[in-house]
Amino acid sequence: MRFLHWLMAALVLTMLCIGVAMVASLGDYHSLVSIHRPLGILILLLVVIRFVNRLRSKVPPLPPDFPSKERFVAAASEVLLYSLLFVIPLVGWAMLSAAGYPIVLFGSVHLFPILPHNLMLYAFLRKTHTVLAYLLFFAFVAHFSAVLFHTWVGRDGLFDRMAPWRVRAR
Amino acid sequence: MPNYVSTSREREVAKPSADGTLVRVGAVGIVVLAVVGIFLYLGGWFSPHKLTPARFTDAFQEINGTHSGFRRNHGKGVDVTGYFESNGQGARLSKAVVFTVGRVPVIGRFSVGSGQPYVADAPDTARGLGLLFRLPDGEGWRMAMVNLPVFVVTGPQGFYDLMMASRPDPATGKPDPAKMAAFFGSHPETVQAFTVIKSHPVSSGFDNSTFNSLNAFRFIDNNGNSTPVRWSLVPLQPFAPVAAAGADQADKNYLFDALIASMHQHPLQWRLLVTVGQPGDPTDNATIPWPEGREQVDVGTLTLDHIESDDTGVAREINFDPLILPAGISPSDDPLLSARSAVYSQSFTRRAGETKEPSAVTPSEVQK
Repeated sequence: MRFLHWLMAALVLTMLCIGVAMVASLGDYHSLVSIHRPLGILILLLVVIRFVNRLRSKVPPLPPDFPSKERFVAAASEVLLYSLLFVIPLVGWAMLSAAGYPIVLFGSVHLFPILPHNLMLYAFLRKTHTVLAYLLFFAFVAHFSAVLFHTWVGRDGLFDRMAPWRVRAR
Repeated sequence: MPNYVSTSREREVAKPSADGTLVRVGAVGIVVLAVVGIFLYLGGWFSPHKLTPARFTDAFQEINGTHSGFRRNHGKGVDVTGYFESNGQGARLSKAVVFTVGRVPVIGRFSVGSGQPYVADAPDTARGLGLLFRLPDGEGWRMAMVNLPVFVVTGPQGFYDLMMASRPDPATGKPDPAKMAAFFGSHPETVQAFTVIKSHPVSSGFDNSTFNSLNAFRFIDNNGNSTPVRWSLVPLQPFAPVAAAGADQADKNYLFDALIASMHQHPLQWRLLVTVGQPGDPTDNATIPWPEGREQVDVGTLTLDHIESDDTGVAREINFDPLILPAGISPSDDPLLSARSAVYSQSFTRRAGETKEPSAVTPSEVQK
């Protein structure tokens, strides 16, 4: 469970950086897009596995004195992050389908189109992909800031719930 | 997994002093700002003058106006369909499925190289041919070729600077000679390219034009060997020089009308000739022609037998991105290639969401 979290954190951060860099680049555009596509599909696969795993696992509970407002924010941000990680790559796949592009992962490995060739649809999905990606970046920054705050300022041990290392019970 | 629970007593013990808190809050702030800063830097927010695909496309619009639904360059065109008959000769150079013997359907588009979709046809305007080879298993090979023997610049910055230098001066309606002279002075490769271009006579129309890849690509064979290539579509329709200016050329669409008339009489054909580069032949400089006498392989024949208006044809919905390639064909290190892909994508995305204004070559004109 935790391994998936840290693996996906690294992949998603990489994706956000590649995404924002590739649309601003002329010379590196092609090589960055060529990584962006298969990495996006990998994240889609991983988030499905992770979601199934999440439903079937017992997660470390929040501290009993954790304020209910914060509990709500924690739950809502978890829902938001899982949703975005699922929807964004799907929108990417859909937009390439609507553009009529072959959806190349690597070599001659292709995905089938999931939408008919339609330019208006492509334009809408392309914009959606960007908007959702920025939303994901914002959600990541909020999540990251909150974790740092709890860990360095609150010093409440919340980080141990997701820490990749073994935690000795205090 | 340990089921860790933090008790409130432990949290109390851990509570820091007020000064310590400030430092720690500051530390959080600095780290978060650094992460956001890196993201903004990668996205180019700190480089407002860097040439990006968006700024490049903006330049086309600034110079030519924004024409709703049209490509930002080569906006005036006509759609064609046909097929490519591969003779198998290309298979020794590339494992791409297109080079096995057989026939694949092709969608194409003839165009003129202008940012104005209603520009009048003229003999010297660059002529374009975009093609999409529909390959089995969802692969595709797209190319966007022009009837120039070499390209005029080596990279995207050069193209942008040339575009800016040659934009019509509002006072005269022509490029500013001083700006042009300054550009040519700092771009000897462009001067040289124009010399090459002028030494190749332009043909009378689309149907007898030779279209060139301009950029080099790499063909990869079954053993992983990579060969640098350039290719050309050489017409079977015989060459004729540009007619002396006459009444025919007064018609704004005379080039397209001639193409339509030609295609209504019989299908048009081109041979796909692949030129094999030797070590030392530049793959990263489209302004330099490869030496005479290089091996040329005829890999098959393109037949175009149906023509229709951009308003009804599929080709208007297609982005002829030269980097949409099948396995067995790869980009070279030509800096123009990635830039073309990036800018075409921008133009495609913008026009995809716009109302489609009618093409200059209308459906009724194509029926004639």
